[in-house]
Amino acid sequence: METERRILTREAFDSLLQKAVAAGQRAYGPKDLDGRIDFAPIARLDDLSTGHVQTTQSAKFALFPKVEELFSFHREGNAQVLDEATEADTPETLLLGVRPCDAAAIASLAAIFNWDTRDPQFNRRLARTTVVTITCTHADEYCFCTSVGGGPGNSTGSDLLLTPLEGGTYLAEVLTARGQALLALVPESSTPANAVDKESRLACVPSRFTAETVTAKMAVAFDREGLWREQSLRCLGCGACAFVCPTCACFDISDESNGIQGKRLRTWDSCGFSLFTKHTSGHNPREVQSQRWRQRLMHKFVYMPDRLKVLGCVGCGRCSRSCPVDMNILEHVTKVAEVK
Amino acid sequence: MMSQPNLYKPYLMRLDRITEEAPGVKTFKLLFQNEEEGRQFSFRAGQFAEYSVFGAGECTFCIASSPTRKGYVECTFRQAGRVTSALSDLEVGDTLGFRGPYGNVFPIEKWAGKSLLFIAGGIALPPMRCLIWNVLDLRSKFRDVTILYGARTVADLVYKHELEEWSQRPDVKLVTTVDPGGETPEWRGEVGFVPSVLEKIAPLSINTVAIVCGPPIMIKFTFPVLSRLGFTPDTIYTTLENRMKCGVGKCGRCNVGKYYVCKDGPVFTFEQLKTLPPEY
Repeated sequence: METERRILTREAFDSLLQKAVAAGQRAYGPKDLDGRIDFAPIARLDDLSTGHVQTTQSAKFALFPKVEELFSFHREGNAQVLDEATEADTPETLLLGVRPCDAAAIASLAAIFNWDTRDPQFNRRLARTTVVTITCTHADEYCFCTSVGGGPGNSTGSDLLLTPLEGGTYLAEVLTARGQALLALVPESSTPANAVDKESRLACVPSRFTAETVTAKMAVAFDREGLWREQSLRCLGCGACAFVCPTCACFDISDESNGIQGKRLRTWDSCGFSLFTKHTSGHNPREVQSQRWRQRLMHKFVYMPDRLKVLGCVGCGRCSRSCPVDMNILEHVTKVAEVK
Repeated sequence: MMSQPNLYKPYLMRLDRITEEAPGVKTFKLLFQNEEEGRQFSFRAGQFAEYSVFGAGECTFCIASSPTRKGYVECTFRQAGRVTSALSDLEVGDTLGFRGPYGNVFPIEKWAGKSLLFIAGGIALPPMRCLIWNVLDLRSKFRDVTILYGARTVADLVYKHELEEWSQRPDVKLVTTVDPGGETPEWRGEVGFVPSVLEKIAPLSINTVAIVCGPPIMIKFTFPVLSRLGFTPDTIYTTLENRMKCGVGKCGRCNVGKYYVCKDGPVFTFEQLKTLPPEY
């Protein structure tokens, strides 16, 4: 659809959120949780943190929760019975205040979950999620969205894109029917925006490399064991990078049961963990951390573009901000791009 | 929005028969609890499935029975980890979960008119047994069938009854071997590692396809021997056993290079393996 541009006052925005919550949507937004900014339930605009660059965790939890029930099981006499969640069990969700990088990451997640057979759990959530993105007026040295096809004002993946303007108002870009329906909750409160200069409000995120170069060079660098060893020497294999990543979608499947009834669960996992590929026999195809680090980068920058036609990185910088030993993906990827 | 089938919800199966194959190794014959699901179920040689004990979890094995034998599936496993231990504790009549079939297949139509050389080590005969029976049930389509099977000890040889049956068949050449020290006084087969016995029996490579399955160390030393015997990389097939969870190309665990073993495999030619990073 053609993008409709409106001006939304702070009061109208607040009213929109409250009406959505009153209508039964569960709303999540960046909240200040004793100094850590993270997605949490919100009910009014005052709950929302402003001025932060990035939340610690990404918004992927709404589509791909840390723990998800695939089905539950119990016994009835001698019979084993399986019960499944239905559409009705998936709540309508409003994600408010995600960054454009997180919204763009939905395309990477969708590619992973739907490239072949379609993943019903993911799609059920996606169909019931409205994404209201707030563009970036600030960036930090970890941000590199512009190097991987994104940008601080990018609209990919958003239903409604808000840019904060002077005086507490917002420029609202209506991108989808879902966005339109959301804005229709406050029909009288928004006015058409014609001559608003959005670009001047956006943060400057310098381009640091081109994704095409990295994809080409990384394939060349595969056998440079020294490079991967040097890059991963500090890596603890803690998996923090994967857990904060908006596109990392590797998962484990395991059972939780009290012997009578239980659930089969899908939980986040990481290719950085030593047990990820380890066979019961003890054989491990990726024995050392350098091979796991290489897999992480290759998967995002080579295997995904090759196979799914989408990068596995949106340049949010979270992995670098969260790394306990200060491994910086931007530095590492830039170094790979320099491989001769 | 139309509701999509739950990819992760297994069929319910009844454990119909347990065969003790070797120490810690069992074969399960499974029947579909819902007979209609059983009638609609079909698979092809080479494919695998996820088997589960509710409360313990899932694990991955190839389907060990032949697609030409309808109405049931069999799997053979060694008790090793949490799920296989829970499987091993099951009794006839118990309920299991079964998801599949997944993965690609052995291109047996392409092999019509050729000789087939099966090379298996230890617990890797089960994935090949499906194919062997498939081939034997269509025996007239193929030329010579040679099976070379080795295990650590005589006790570790699986499918002992079927080995006996194959050894009696005039249209199958079966060679069994055990590692040095693994023989018993009654043992009449070969003694030696699979690659050296292969070199000794030196099967012809002309118009022949080799199918190799075994522990990584056996595979590693078998390829050069096949190569010396004149097998080209595109005539050597194997099935990879990477760790898996979802089986449907999403969980990321079996990703090797640009391939997902669960989608692009588990059957690969040696020619394909040469293009992969050695992460299998």
